[in-house]
Amino acid sequence: MMARAGTDLRRFTGFFPMTLLCLLVLYAPLMVVAVYSFNASTSITLWGGFSLDWYHDVFIGPEAPKFRQATINSLVVASLAGLAATLIATAAAVAMHRTGGFRGKTASFALINLPLMVPEVVTAVASLIFFTVIGFSGGIGTILLAHITFCIPFAYLPVAARLSTLPDGYEQAAMDLYATPWQSFRLVLLPLMAPGIMSGFLLAFIISLDDFLITNFVKGAGVETLPTAIFGAVKQGIKPNIMAISTLMLAISVVFVALSWLIGRNGKIKS
Amino acid sequence: MSGSDVAINIDKVVKRYGSFTALHGVSLDIRADEFFTLLGPSGCGKTTLLRSIAGFEAVNEGAIRLYGEDIAALPPHKRPVNTVFQHYALFPHMTVLENVMFGTLRLGWSRQESEQRARQVLALVQLSDFLKRKPGQLSGGQQQRVAIARALAPRPKVLLLDEPLSALDLKLRQAVRGELKQLQRETGIAFVFVTHDQEEALTMSDRIAVMSDGRVQQTGTPREIYEAPLNRFVAGFIGETNLIEVEVLEMRGGRATVRLPGGQDLTCPAAPGARLGAGHVSLRPERVSLCPPGSGDIRAQVENQVYLGTDIQLLTRLPDGEPMVVRVQNSDADNLPGLGAAVGLKLEADAARLLAD
Amino acid sequence: MAATTPGSGGGGSDLYRGNAPRLMLPTWLMIGVFLLLPVLLMGVYSFLTKEFRGGVIWSPTLAAYDQFFLNRGLFGDEPPSIEWTYLGIFWRSIWQAGSATLLCFVVGFPTAWFIATRAPQHRTVWLFLVTIPYWVNLLIRTVSMKFLIRDEGPLNAFLLWSGVIDQPLGLINTNVAVLLGLFYSYLPFMVLPIYAAVERYDFALSEAAADLYADSWTTLRLVILPAVRPGIIAGAILVFVPSLGAFLAPDLLGGAKAFMIGSLIEEQFKGAAGNWPFGAAVAMILMTIVMGVLLIYARAQTRAQAREGA
Repeated sequence: MMARAGTDLRRFTGFFPMTLLCLLVLYAPLMVVAVYSFNASTSITLWGGFSLDWYHDVFIGPEAPKFRQATINSLVVASLAGLAATLIATAAAVAMHRTGGFRGKTASFALINLPLMVPEVVTAVASLIFFTVIGFSGGIGTILLAHITFCIPFAYLPVAARLSTLPDGYEQAAMDLYATPWQSFRLVLLPLMAPGIMSGFLLAFIISLDDFLITNFVKGAGVETLPTAIFGAVKQGIKPNIMAISTLMLAISVVFVALSWLIGRNGKIKS
Repeated sequence: MSGSDVAINIDKVVKRYGSFTALHGVSLDIRADEFFTLLGPSGCGKTTLLRSIAGFEAVNEGAIRLYGEDIAALPPHKRPVNTVFQHYALFPHMTVLENVMFGTLRLGWSRQESEQRARQVLALVQLSDFLKRKPGQLSGGQQQRVAIARALAPRPKVLLLDEPLSALDLKLRQAVRGELKQLQRETGIAFVFVTHDQEEALTMSDRIAVMSDGRVQQTGTPREIYEAPLNRFVAGFIGETNLIEVEVLEMRGGRATVRLPGGQDLTCPAAPGARLGAGHVSLRPERVSLCPPGSGDIRAQVENQVYLGTDIQLLTRLPDGEPMVVRVQNSDADNLPGLGAAVGLKLEADAARLLAD
Repeated sequence: MAATTPGSGGGGSDLYRGNAPRLMLPTWLMIGVFLLLPVLLMGVYSFLTKEFRGGVIWSPTLAAYDQFFLNRGLFGDEPPSIEWTYLGIFWRSIWQAGSATLLCFVVGFPTAWFIATRAPQHRTVWLFLVTIPYWVNLLIRTVSMKFLIRDEGPLNAFLLWSGVIDQPLGLINTNVAVLLGLFYSYLPFMVLPIYAAVERYDFALSEAAADLYADSWTTLRLVILPAVRPGIIAGAILVFVPSLGAFLAPDLLGGAKAFMIGSLIEEQFKGAAGNWPFGAAVAMILMTIVMGVLLIYARAQTRAQAREGA
């Protein structure tokens, strides 16, 4: 008498192959680009041998200064915007989860999510028009302001998620022991929220780093971020140094994902 | 389908999960029109056995026969048995009526027939006014009745019930017990009922199988289980009992003579499989009575008194330090000896039982 | 799909009551000034007159909307008829976004189900496998897709070399390429909500269905899909809305033949040929459609919750 699988109910034929297909489709373009970034020859079809030429080109070649400046701009904007958005989002999360009901709570919630609901191209156009009307010429400043705005909901998500799992018993205990609300927040709630805040920052950082459309609209003529620089280069044809940059960014993303997972794990162990 | 037909025959069923054996060669017969209960503590294998009958667990060895036909190779949706799940598993997006019609529709009944049958069973469980509601809008007791109706609608050959009363509060549970029993009589099919509540098992069942550690310890009517337990597990699991350590001196014709801790001898019925030498005698507290110190079968000292409403329970200590629980009816409450008093205990020999283990 | 709802229970507390205004002020300032206000301004712009070198003249007119919906002929003096060009672009964009959503569902549902039914310790690994590519810049991903499928690209090279086809598939600059691009861009937005819903699914329901004679595909159709429907709808919205207004996929993969709303809008703000009021008008129309969809969704949510007697 053989044992038939007891949990047949979870299995559907074809679902596993579909998952593999899904993963194949997800990784194929990136893997192919990664492989070709090491291709010594510029030809797509012929393999000319393993070479790091294109990586050198990215860092040292004729276009290198442009990309370097663009990368610096992107990192600066992402850091500042991520920081600002996380601070603002943390305050908002505390307002939503620790102040009971208040007038305009539903409106506030809608507002926090507004950047997620407005299509990106609409935000881009609206921002451009706005800066034109008030006379802000394009530059790092306009980019930064626009980025902070659309990063807020992304920073909010993990922070609020974390906060909503924390019972307020600890802060009540703190207040019982003579801590002011501010002290209770700073010494008790904030440390407990820390993993969520870190995740929020990381998410906002990545989103800002990633942005193309809005940045392209508001940046004005003189400034490039990494995505806009890459876009400009791609418009002139896909050169191997683009592939090198792509592979580098893939590697950085993997590092970030691992980081964020580790932080998430630590957070769970702590609580 | 007469009463002596065997509805379900479990034949040396073994179930393993890796290196852990959940069922050690279990064998049972369940008759065509009885209310049969699988009783035991958590982890004893009763739910595993039930799910094996339903088809959600595959067995490693042994056979499961439904009216003579081996169903072990059939997937659950091909077995003509239906289950009332512990947390009901009512489809949340369907109305009560649609839930109850589900099984018959899958069997190929016409919409009309399905609906007619559904209304019929829902009337049987007194839920005719709730047909259009969704499960989320019903109370726990109502959801449970929908679950029962849904399982009965396709006219299964056997109905399986997986601790269906555990989610209900006490008063409701007691009321539903009677209704379930009534339902079984009316439908006339075998009910296989799983529970860990021994009072429930005693009040509802025609026969009970007491299980522990993947084995059936004893099968019998409630009375047999209670009054003639086979071993210490069954004696201790059902109701309360005193387990007296004795020396078995002699055994003859189903009765044994044993030496009690106080030195006295007692002759009482013996369970099949009992042996000479060291052993245990089971005696229910209500079969021990108080008498003046110096008389009776054994000496004891009163240690504690617990008021149980209908009875009063006295915890006494035997000379060898072992406890003996005595149950006295409420009506004698005023004549009880005080704490620390010395008493004599009269043991009702014919109600005592030498256990097999 | 939005951030966690501040509900009536679960972590809700009023320990810092009274601080809400000052805590919410930065958010109101930032989003109010730099998103809400700009959108309103954009609405105003859609009713202004265009200036020839981009920008606007502050003189109100319905010219932008007129241009979108109506065709007044070359010199503006013919009787107006429906202008199908722009409506056609919208229609094609809706069609593309819909197809991308469907494709994401066909691939994403089995994937989400598979991952959610793995042993708990393995689920995280699978989830990471699916989400790591998405931490790469969308631009890079779209470029990679372009690289892969263009006529001189590795996909065609492989198919030609293995003899499956005799000439390049001609995928690039077609609607199919854009569809692929959109699918590639937004797949995890379909997978993750469905995954969350399947994780919460009570498998006792599947057992009950099997107990009541339903085979696995019938159970999928009648019990599982309805039960995880909220996740599916959330996923569909998360794919459809961005796809509708997408720019990168149509621009890099579709070229002139697969013009979509995003490209149409972007074109209005490029240099001398731009028409800002028109661009603003098209953006307004897009936003109205999207907000409409979201409102219907929100209303359907609250009604569904009331019906199931939550």
